[in-house]
Amino acid sequence: MLWDEKLVVANAEQKDPVNQDGRVIGSVEAIREALSYKMDEDKKVFLLGQGVDDPGGMFGVTKGFKEMYGAARVFDTPVSEEGMTGICVGAAMTGMRPVYFHNRPDFLLLTFNQLVNHASKIHWMDNGQHSVPLVIWAAIGRGWGSGPQHSQAIQGLLLGVPGLKIVMPSTPYDVKGLMISAINDNNPAIIIEHRWLMKRTGVVPTEAYEIPLGKGVYRRRGNDVTIVGASQAIDLAMTAANELEKEKNIHADVIDLRTIQPLDETIILESLKKTGRLLVVDTGWAVGGVCAEIGFIAAEKGFSFLKAPVKRLGLPACPSPAGADLEQFYYPTVASTKEAIVSLVKS
Amino acid sequence: MIRYPYDGEGIASLKLLAKKYPRTFLLDLFYKMFRIRLIEETVAARYHEDKMKTPIHLVIGQEATVVGSCALLTKDDYIYCSHRTHGAYLAKGGDLNAMIAEFYCRMTGCTASRGGSMHLMDKSVGMMGSSAIVAGAIPIATGFSLSAQMQNNHRKTVVYTGDAGVEEGVAWESMNFAAVRKLPMIYFCENNFYSVCSPLHYRQPDNIRIYKKAESFGLKSECIDGNNVLAVYEAMQRALDYVNNGSGPAFIEAITYRWRGHHGSEEDMGYRTPEELAHWKTKDPVALLQQVLIEDFSLPLSEVEELRQQITAEINKAFAFAEQSPHPTRDDLMNYVYCD
Repeated sequence: MLWDEKLVVANAEQKDPVNQDGRVIGSVEAIREALSYKMDEDKKVFLLGQGVDDPGGMFGVTKGFKEMYGAARVFDTPVSEEGMTGICVGAAMTGMRPVYFHNRPDFLLLTFNQLVNHASKIHWMDNGQHSVPLVIWAAIGRGWGSGPQHSQAIQGLLLGVPGLKIVMPSTPYDVKGLMISAINDNNPAIIIEHRWLMKRTGVVPTEAYEIPLGKGVYRRRGNDVTIVGASQAIDLAMTAANELEKEKNIHADVIDLRTIQPLDETIILESLKKTGRLLVVDTGWAVGGVCAEIGFIAAEKGFSFLKAPVKRLGLPACPSPAGADLEQFYYPTVASTKEAIVSLVKS
Repeated sequence: MIRYPYDGEGIASLKLLAKKYPRTFLLDLFYKMFRIRLIEETVAARYHEDKMKTPIHLVIGQEATVVGSCALLTKDDYIYCSHRTHGAYLAKGGDLNAMIAEFYCRMTGCTASRGGSMHLMDKSVGMMGSSAIVAGAIPIATGFSLSAQMQNNHRKTVVYTGDAGVEEGVAWESMNFAAVRKLPMIYFCENNFYSVCSPLHYRQPDNIRIYKKAESFGLKSECIDGNNVLAVYEAMQRALDYVNNGSGPAFIEAITYRWRGHHGSEEDMGYRTPEELAHWKTKDPVALLQQVLIEDFSLPLSEVEELRQQITAEINKAFAFAEQSPHPTRDDLMNYVYCD
């Protein structure tokens, strides 16, 4: 096994945050079930993207689908991200439901004209006459030397764009339900996976189910501090919170937002009212993104609850480095997360 | 100085082509072009009133491209447009009241004051919308044709772009994909030589023709006199035949000229000469067809005058409708950000 795969496996071996009985499968299998269900159920759904019909099949997510559903509904694309995004927008406006896969969110930066100027606005701009039921999927890379242009978590750049939905699943259960919801949704939805979570296993029902877009969920409960985030940032939060409960008797609420747009303010404020202390965690840059927005919500709508200044744990304001030496200073760790929680509770 | 002279065959060619068609057909094309001309002239004449608070991009001088091409489309076929969208909207059968009301930014406008002049649409006739980002429409329209191919519904798509639209990379990304998938797609480039104030030769090499570039991407491609409505019509017929055979996408470059500025109602000089504009006015697509109808099809001038009066009455009604229409309110702002 290559060392990069070992890194993904090592992360997968952490326990799923939702412990319950039932069938256990991996995240990739969970996405495949969601896609198969929708491909069987709705002939308007089709899958495209560079490499969806490769032998590897987009980390295994779409492997074998071309054989199952035919080349007309599962197809490779030219290396033309902006063009293909616009083509998906047009197809979605005229009755189709494209699911467009990218290896990495970094490539979404090439598509901002279609995402921001067109896809997100068309329904509003034409007074509700067209809808754009489009799903865009990309997996954040991290580690194994991916570097500044293959490791970016750019959700913060899109957070302020009205009309988009942004989905960031953290468990196999969520991966399946949120994919089905995103395809069923009549708006452009971006699903930002995290490469490190893709070999994660967890309990996933065999039947199809939806998870509402815009509703967060408590991953653990506690009265001392509220930790809010999504995707892989929840991993660190859970590990740190569980360790601190044993080591320092600190009890944390951990809220997994599941989608950052729409953003579930209600659950954040509900928890903050109880704990009075807020730590926001995100896989992206701390400035101007998810951390900044949630921090502002606390200041604007939860100020009277606050017993301590809000803290955030995102990425520092520099590009993501390729090498492991620099990475250890770049990404938040369990230790830095615990440190942030402790200082918050003490203040 | 005339930097970009007309290089078509003028009235002689139009007269020759006209022999193939019945008078009623030619009269219908004339009516459609004449109507667009009168509507645009009225918009220009009343723009100074400052009641149409939206930028306007007039198509005066370019009526033949949209009328000749839309004449072969049904309301089930799709079109998508650039910012210079009035002509295509009207040629495809878009509602005049809703267009003028949109210029007045009223609730009865085609997009209820959300899009203004650069985002005209009338879904009921297949006029699917317009993008104000140069070439933004091109991939979206290509997506319509992918949809039509996947649904096997035989709808054709035409996207209108200008000579600057093909300077955007996404235009070629779209055409490449359409060629790979043999999509039922027609790219219609109205080459009027200027992008805002930038002349073509500052932007593209002199000896490389736009339609040749499209040809090199695997599209059936030709260049035509865009002021000759029958040349446009016939090129469109050839493109549709090709597309309908499943042979792949087609490209039409139509050479034409806009009489007014990039936006606004003025003739706009400084980057072009009065001689050049005067030269192109002698190649007026509406006047050319009128001349053919009068000289070869015994159209009396009095009938042209009747048409003018009939269209003027329609335009006056549309402006009155717009002026009497309700304004949007605060409650309208946040509707349709998301679709249920």
